[in-house]
Amino acid sequence: MNLLLLIGIPLLTALAVLLAGNKQQVKWISLVGSMLQLGLSIVLLIAFREERATGNTTQMLFEHSYKLFSTPNINFHFGVDGISVAMILLTSFVLIAGVLVSWNIEKMTKEFYFLLILLALGAYGFFISLDLFILFFFLEISVIPKYLLIGIWGSGKKEYSANKLALMLMGGSALILVGILGLYFTAGQSFDILTLSTTKIPGNIQLVIFPLLFLGFGVFTALFPLHTWVPDGHSSAPTAGSMFLAGISMKLGGYGCLRVATYLLPEGAKEYADIIIVLSAIAILYGAFATMMQKDLKYINAYSSVSHVGFSLLGIGMLTQTAITGALMQMVSHGLMTALFFAVIGMIYDRTHTRMVNEMGGLMKVMPFITTVFFIVGLCSLGLPGLSGFVAEMTVFMGSWQQDDAFHRIATIAAAMSIVVTAVYILRAIGNTAMGPLKNESYLQLKDASWNEKLAAIVLVGGILAIGIAPGWLNDLLRPAAEEIMNKIAGK
Amino acid sequence: MNEFLTLMKSELVITAFIFLLLFIKIGKGMKNESLLSIIQVLLLINFIAGFFFNKEGSLFGDMFHTSSLIVFQKNLLSLGVYLISMLFSDWLKKSEHLAEFFLLMLSALLGMFFMISSGNLLIFYLSLELATIPVAAMVNFDLVKKRSSEGAMKMILSSAFSSGILLFGISLLYGATGTISFAEIPLQLDNSPLQILAFVFLFTAFAFKLSIVPFHFWTADVYEGSPMAVTAFLSVVSKGSVAFIFISTLYKVFQPMGDMWYAMLVILAVATMVIGNLFALRQQNIKRFLAFSSIAQVGFILVGISNSGTIGVEAVVYFIMIYIFSNLAAFGVASVISEQSGKENIDDYKGLYKTNPFLCWILALALFSLAGIPPTAGFFGKLFLITAGAAKGGYWFIIIAALNMIVSLYYYLRVIRAAFMDKNENPIEKIKTTASVKLALVICGAGIVLVGLLSWIYEYIQSLS
Repeated sequence: MNLLLLIGIPLLTALAVLLAGNKQQVKWISLVGSMLQLGLSIVLLIAFREERATGNTTQMLFEHSYKLFSTPNINFHFGVDGISVAMILLTSFVLIAGVLVSWNIEKMTKEFYFLLILLALGAYGFFISLDLFILFFFLEISVIPKYLLIGIWGSGKKEYSANKLALMLMGGSALILVGILGLYFTAGQSFDILTLSTTKIPGNIQLVIFPLLFLGFGVFTALFPLHTWVPDGHSSAPTAGSMFLAGISMKLGGYGCLRVATYLLPEGAKEYADIIIVLSAIAILYGAFATMMQKDLKYINAYSSVSHVGFSLLGIGMLTQTAITGALMQMVSHGLMTALFFAVIGMIYDRTHTRMVNEMGGLMKVMPFITTVFFIVGLCSLGLPGLSGFVAEMTVFMGSWQQDDAFHRIATIAAAMSIVVTAVYILRAIGNTAMGPLKNESYLQLKDASWNEKLAAIVLVGGILAIGIAPGWLNDLLRPAAEEIMNKIAGK
Repeated sequence: MNEFLTLMKSELVITAFIFLLLFIKIGKGMKNESLLSIIQVLLLINFIAGFFFNKEGSLFGDMFHTSSLIVFQKNLLSLGVYLISMLFSDWLKKSEHLAEFFLLMLSALLGMFFMISSGNLLIFYLSLELATIPVAAMVNFDLVKKRSSEGAMKMILSSAFSSGILLFGISLLYGATGTISFAEIPLQLDNSPLQILAFVFLFTAFAFKLSIVPFHFWTADVYEGSPMAVTAFLSVVSKGSVAFIFISTLYKVFQPMGDMWYAMLVILAVATMVIGNLFALRQQNIKRFLAFSSIAQVGFILVGISNSGTIGVEAVVYFIMIYIFSNLAAFGVASVISEQSGKENIDDYKGLYKTNPFLCWILALALFSLAGIPPTAGFFGKLFLITAGAAKGGYWFIIIAALNMIVSLYYYLRVIRAAFMDKNENPIEKIKTTASVKLALVICGAGIVLVGLLSWIYEYIQSLS
């Protein structure tokens, strides 16, 4: 199949949204567009599995290359491996849920959906690009939508958050840009990931470029201490915006850390792996403890995102095949989980008009559907077996345990301990909002989820269960790709 | 004779237009509206004609030479002038001296054409003066405003000063090399102290025209004082033309001094980007804001110029093309707003989106393009400049350039934030845009989006250089 479809459909949807006459049309066009996109992603998954089943072990499938600029050597070079397919699926799930939960948005509906779809377009393009320049182009494309989504439709100190996010991400981009140009000129003027992966890049140059790229992408994926945009950005964004930010945008960074920094610069990765492990272990623990102190539901999820994303960085830093597979699983799992979490918070906030945990209570009685979903996502977050969080974190720990020196062991144990803290804040948040007596009599008037919210939640819960109950398919998808990366690191 | 007609075609067309305008002015009085439409049509003809019957060659013993790249550069300037005549038509219609305004503008454009084509120092100096003096008169075009006269005074004094320095440099260079021909100078260059001194003087003159830090002090006051159309002309067309001749002088004439001017360019580029950006952070007036932002943009152009190869030329020409669209769009929107509401401060733009969504989107596109954010063309323009600069391997230089993109994003976002996000009880009212303004804004917007994505445009520039 031609991968250009994956960016063609969002592009057409976005244009159609611009031309649409009224709000109803805008919503339905977006929904149809995102459903088509989900269908396409599933078709891609099936086609990918079939291709692999026939014994095609080429690293990238469905490759296409279109010449864009001859000097500097830039091509629209697309292709997918298991990692990309998983990420594309994740994006489609989050997109459709994001479109559904924003159904009742009244302010500038057309612009809202246009930007939302543009944001998804950037993510799709990013995940299929095999040319660093194009990858960077798609990474940057999402800056405008993020900024405007938070600044216009956000709440709280939205201008501050939008500015902070745009500038910090731009800072990350600046580092990435320098790193990419460094690669381009040391490796004989090529931006192509596959070409670069076979080029020998001198060790001393890897030591310079790796931190630039890793930190650059690290800003996107909330690498400690560059995570500070996350709590503000997520808490100020509109519901769909938070879902995209945490569910997809942060994964762009993780994917970049792995595919660009670690894969292309293995010497650098080995050299700096310990620092990555320390930073991600700090992020995991710091994020978890910081979450304990939060009373605002959105802040709770934002800080817990810092903690959860730390697991994927930890997995990357461990540099074993299982750990990297786990890191990737964690990206997918966290993407679904956090999107659902923000969606549920949005639903609750729309009804109660507060996000403060201590002002709510007994919501189970008035909105059973929403609170049930809230339970599921909370349990997924604390790693209950049967849900995706458990599978992912367990794989990371197993992979980490394969490194048997004291340093790695201590880091693994420290990270594993955060699960206890997670259990504390998750159970407390759910308990205080869902259980107990009804704190506010006026809540009795509140309605349970409407059809669009139910559908959004079901889509995401379906994803979480599909990974949690039958993780095999995801493992099959990710493990060969992780192996490819590990082979490169091991110098095979 | 035939060669004279084809090679100097662009210049002859402009000269013919100037005479035509003179006759119109002398003859019966004509309504401003119809005069303006005639001028717009003429400028459009000039722009389109620029693409036909082009030849390469030189005239008058190499004093004047032209190539397909030079023709393309001239076309870009013509396009800029055409867009200016469309974008600022509201203001132009009200002007009492419409014909004179275009007489001056076309004279300056003629000077620029000769300047880009110049093949020796003498004609270069003459054409530079022709490109400068009419602009000083244009700056003074708001005859009733004191600031306008002040700006004109500053402009004429500082350009006279820079002309003096240029002449001094030319005479020293002539003394040191014994020739004024661009083709022969490089053969005589041996980096002797006298030649270096001469070069520094020449460089300074360029720096004045391009408002490179620390020769930028005239810029903000002149930009603020002049009418918006003139500010746009100064910051886009005038700057573009000087950048074109600057790069060809450096690359062709002073090529033997490459190492020296690379170091100079690096220092000045960093200073220009940093100072331009830092001053832009605090500006309230949109014109001053765009003035400082254009200083910072020149810093980025210098990054590209430091490449000293064909990639540098391509990147700079491409960037200036994008810059014409982006900056003119920004000035166009600012001008429409200031013309109808009299408001020129960034704070006045609060809540603009509610009343004027179209203008806001064009403004946002323009500013994002200036900041270098995709999918706008500015992203490609800026990245190619930085790639060209990185080819020489100065990592710190490139990191500083990349970090400056963050600072610039901050202040461009300030305007966007005011227009899109800030609440305001009394935003600027719905602004009526005439068809020609709207058309020009749409052209600019389309240019901003398409020039980057249509890669054949860049390939076309590559095929020229």
